[in-house]
Amino acid sequence: MKMTVLSPGPLSTVQDEGRFGFMSTGFSPGGAMDTYSMRIANILVGNAPGDGVIEMTMLGMSVSFSCTAVIALTGADMEPAINGTPVAMYTAAEVHAGDILSMKMARSGMRSYLAVAGGFDLPYAMGSMSTNLKCGLGGFSGRKLQSGDEIPLRQSFSLAHLGNRKTEPENVYPDGIGIRVILGPQEDYFTDKGIETFLNTTYTVSEKSDRMGVRLDGDSIENKNGVDILSDGIATGAVQIPASGTPIIMMADRQTTGGYAKIANVISADLPKMAQARPGTRIRFTAVTEKEAVRLKKQQEQKLKALAYMSVFAKQRG
Amino acid sequence: MEEIRFLPCGDSAITVVFSREMSEEANRKLHFLAAQIERERIPGVSETVPAFCSITVYFDPLRISRIKLEKKISRLIRAYREDAAAPRRVFLIPVCYEDAFAPDMADVCRLTGLTKEEVIQIHSSTDYLIYMLGFLPGFPYLGGMDPRIEAPRLDTPRTAIPEGAVGIGGKQTGIYPLASPGGWRLIGQTPVKVYDPTRNMPILYRAGDYIRFCPISAAEFEARRNSAGEIEVREESAV
Repeated sequence: MKMTVLSPGPLSTVQDEGRFGFMSTGFSPGGAMDTYSMRIANILVGNAPGDGVIEMTMLGMSVSFSCTAVIALTGADMEPAINGTPVAMYTAAEVHAGDILSMKMARSGMRSYLAVAGGFDLPYAMGSMSTNLKCGLGGFSGRKLQSGDEIPLRQSFSLAHLGNRKTEPENVYPDGIGIRVILGPQEDYFTDKGIETFLNTTYTVSEKSDRMGVRLDGDSIENKNGVDILSDGIATGAVQIPASGTPIIMMADRQTTGGYAKIANVISADLPKMAQARPGTRIRFTAVTEKEAVRLKKQQEQKLKALAYMSVFAKQRG
Repeated sequence: MEEIRFLPCGDSAITVVFSREMSEEANRKLHFLAAQIERERIPGVSETVPAFCSITVYFDPLRISRIKLEKKISRLIRAYREDAAAPRRVFLIPVCYEDAFAPDMADVCRLTGLTKEEVIQIHSSTDYLIYMLGFLPGFPYLGGMDPRIEAPRLDTPRTAIPEGAVGIGGKQTGIYPLASPGGWRLIGQTPVKVYDPTRNMPILYRAGDYIRFCPISAAEFEARRNSAGEIEVREESAV
């Protein structure tokens, strides 16, 4: 029971919800960039929401299966097809021995997630299946997938086991997005004019963005007396302003600590949107209250819970 | 001691600031808090990142509100007593300072006006406090280096530094736990595996521990490389 990589795409890695408990010793949490799409993919195939999936970047991969399996794809629409016949995103689909699942360039968005029912039979490294490329740790031999890699599956599933599971696609990622932030922790390092620039400029996602950080091009943010701070801890979505004055949003593979002032932090509910912003995407920031951020996070969690709940009954309904 | 301050980092983390300046006392206090938080297992709190003079606490706002967490943290800090600090752990890290392992030693001697023997003697006679770990897994930010061996970073960072390299960067000294690019001047290398993902504790030491460098010969280096590598740890009562 395995899935063989025929062509890997530029950056396809095994990721899960992240590697926790080691940040104090300097390990990035890693994990899927868009954990919302990742969890939906897992729920659609009956896995635990935080299980290992494959994250593909901009251009999808092609894989073949050695047994019957149930798959689901979420996130960026890379026009998936089984043996050349298009297959719907956000829908559990059955593949059989010898079938080839292929994908193309993302039509919009940046990252697509492939979950297989039962999960990948890969070892956990420090409690997680996430690939940490810097340390060569976790995932498939600690590296990105290559042609010929054979990823073992834990179990063979068919749709008869799982029932018909699907949900409304959320895979439309516009060219311009609004990102909500909470100001701080170091907004006092910036002038009023600097904060105004931050909240009123349309920034553009740079080509230099990666899993560590989304770099933005646009107006420089004015600081009071420099942006160097005594290094402190960084949360996912922290908006760092280095000396150049243009923001970097710290993402899954970020360093755990940093020495640049952080003007704001993206709210949890908008991190998936941030993760799907491809180079060229235009971004505007809006400041919201903590109360609003928590309300939006709760709303997102409830949507996932409802989906998981419906999926449990999918089998009975057939 | 300054009043502690809470800074929001989005909706799921807060940074607790103990002082505006680097100080051993503030650092001891925040490591005390880190230990307390770990021991208390506060529901909704996932982990902490201690830094020079602050600690960042990560939490799930759907399980514990920030206000409640701040109150809890304030209460935990009030329990701090100077004499209640845990005994300090000193990790004795063997380092080979011989030429093959010290590509920048000659430059450091030139920049400091010291002989190689003096640099080694000064570098290996201090117990360095690990203020924090960051930049790379297990990369220690050490305090307490003798100013006589300060040397500026390289103008152009190296693209590849071997695992275990020991260097000086400005006022700081440290170890590269894994191969990486970097700009510090390299004066030695340790055969000890600071980072080993198969160990229960993948990183040998924690922030708040101390490191002492112990000179070894190239022959000892080769003997210890790839051996299981027991390393000596001394427990000393807190100062």
